Amino acid sequence: MSAFLALYAGQVSRARAARGPLLFVATLQSVGIMLLLRGVVDEGSRTTSQQVVAGSTVLVVAFVALNLLAQRFGMLRGTGALDYYATLPVSGALVVLATSASYATFTVPGAVLTAVVGALLYGLPLGHLWVLLLVLPLAGASLAGLGACLGLLAPRPELATVAGQLGMSGILFLGIIPEPRLPAVLQVVRAAVPSTYATDAFASSFARRLDAGALLIDLGVCLVVALLALSLASVAFRRAVRA
Amino acid sequence: MTVMAAAPVRTVAVSLEGLRRHRGDVLATDDVSLEVLAGEVFGLLGPNGAGKTTLVRQLVGVLRPEAGRVALLGQDVTADPRAASRLLAYLAQDEPALNELPVGLAVETTGRLRGLSRRDARAQTAHLLDELGLADVRERPLTKLSGGQRRLAQVAAALIADRPLLVLDEPTTGLDALARRAVWEVLRRRRTEAGVTVVLVTHNVLEAEQVLDRVAVLDRGRVIACDTPGRLKALVSHDVRLDLVWRDEPPVGEPAVAALLARSEVDGRRWSARLPAADAREALGRLTAGPALAALDDFTLATPTLEDVYLSLGGRAHDLERS
Repeated sequence: MSAFLALYAGQVSRARAARGPLLFVATLQSVGIMLLLRGVVDEGSRTTSQQVVAGSTVLVVAFVALNLLAQRFGMLRGTGALDYYATLPVSGALVVLATSASYATFTVPGAVLTAVVGALLYGLPLGHLWVLLLVLPLAGASLAGLGACLGLLAPRPELATVAGQLGMSGILFLGIIPEPRLPAVLQVVRAAVPSTYATDAFASSFARRLDAGALLIDLGVCLVVALLALSLASVAFRRAVRA
Repeated sequence: MTVMAAAPVRTVAVSLEGLRRHRGDVLATDDVSLEVLAGEVFGLLGPNGAGKTTLVRQLVGVLRPEAGRVALLGQDVTADPRAASRLLAYLAQDEPALNELPVGLAVETTGRLRGLSRRDARAQTAHLLDELGLADVRERPLTKLSGGQRRLAQVAAALIADRPLLVLDEPTTGLDALARRAVWEVLRRRRTEAGVTVVLVTHNVLEAEQVLDRVAVLDRGRVIACDTPGRLKALVSHDVRLDLVWRDEPPVGEPAVAALLARSEVDGRRWSARLPAADAREALGRLTAGPALAALDDFTLATPTLEDVYLSLGGRAHDLERS
């Protein structure tokens, strides 16, 4: 636990300088998308409004946890920096977890701000905003796990960057466009992408009555994906350091 | 290499047996066997590309040897590289993982990851930063420091938590003479006071001669010699190095100049020849007595260095540093 906290604190400190401006960009991007779509979405289309706000909120998480973390691990692998961790008595899983946790933490202010601005913009109720407190760690963990996998498995840092950005674009597209309007094939893809469940979970919080069963299923999927992705990332870390 | 019979019995800190490892298509470690005694400052000297880093990465457990065995302080770590991380501290040629952290936090975090409590990590960090002259830049991220200060901060991170074995890959690269001596002094102190064993990779001849107890000379993945710097230099003690710098085009038509050219390494207008002392005296006498003197800008005669040992043993590269 002490090693986890030390790693986490180090990453958070790193992030203050390195990621502050990027987090601003991530939030601005999501708020910008909501403003843009405000002119297109019908006043009465509550489902679409929920989808846009939830999708934009999860996009902040994807920007930081998936995209930036894929870049970070791609850079660590590409520059040989993983040797530093590999010669310390800490497991790869711990490094992946602590780094992912710090990136996920950094999504919180931007995601909350996006959610609140979105709800006000689209006239959605904020009564169940607490759901976001469940969605953020689970979405953060699953997307950070996937970001870590991309970074650690990509043969070159540039490929990790491209993969992270493509992943984020996919999440933007699939998260914001309401499911019924997607072509059939993309509906299948949407069902296979973990961010969908985070988006749906958060979108359900804007409903008048919360469907606890559906919420639990969505959050459960996020949890399972998070566990799988973080486990895979730990294996990828071990492979990357002991080529 | 084996321990001399006359030496008192000392623990073997590092034992490498028959290590072999490719890097791409190149055999970067070719049947390397070495022993480093506890408390020694042991060096791996060789030009760039000699296989020094590939060898130490196997030693510290981040690269799996294709064949052979690594034992640290009596413990076989070939199959269990995590065990190595509890015994040693490793400083790579660069540590980009620490780059954006403030100096103090980088060192302290490394200490905590090596198992120190927060309080001990803080105390040791403060001491180390004082020792290496980094106290004033404690709050600055490594990326905002000069190259030399950044390297010193990385050295500080390697030294925290008092590991019995330090494996340092070119720790003084990029440091000015003063900072380099500060690092050597810190290492000496740890060896004297705590019996720490140091394995130091270098391609700097001066560092090898001034700091190392014993040195293994590497060339193209093989250990071509291993002994104390003094004994290695005794192998070529009958030789001296004659360096010439020509002011203009050297008069190669002169028989004395032509004879010397045949035995020299030529780098533009700089010639360097390793010769038996008597031959060097004679060559210099003929050069300075004849018309060639007018074209000669400078010359020096020097006793052999480890670079001469490397070259006399068949080493081919010429990028060892001399200062």
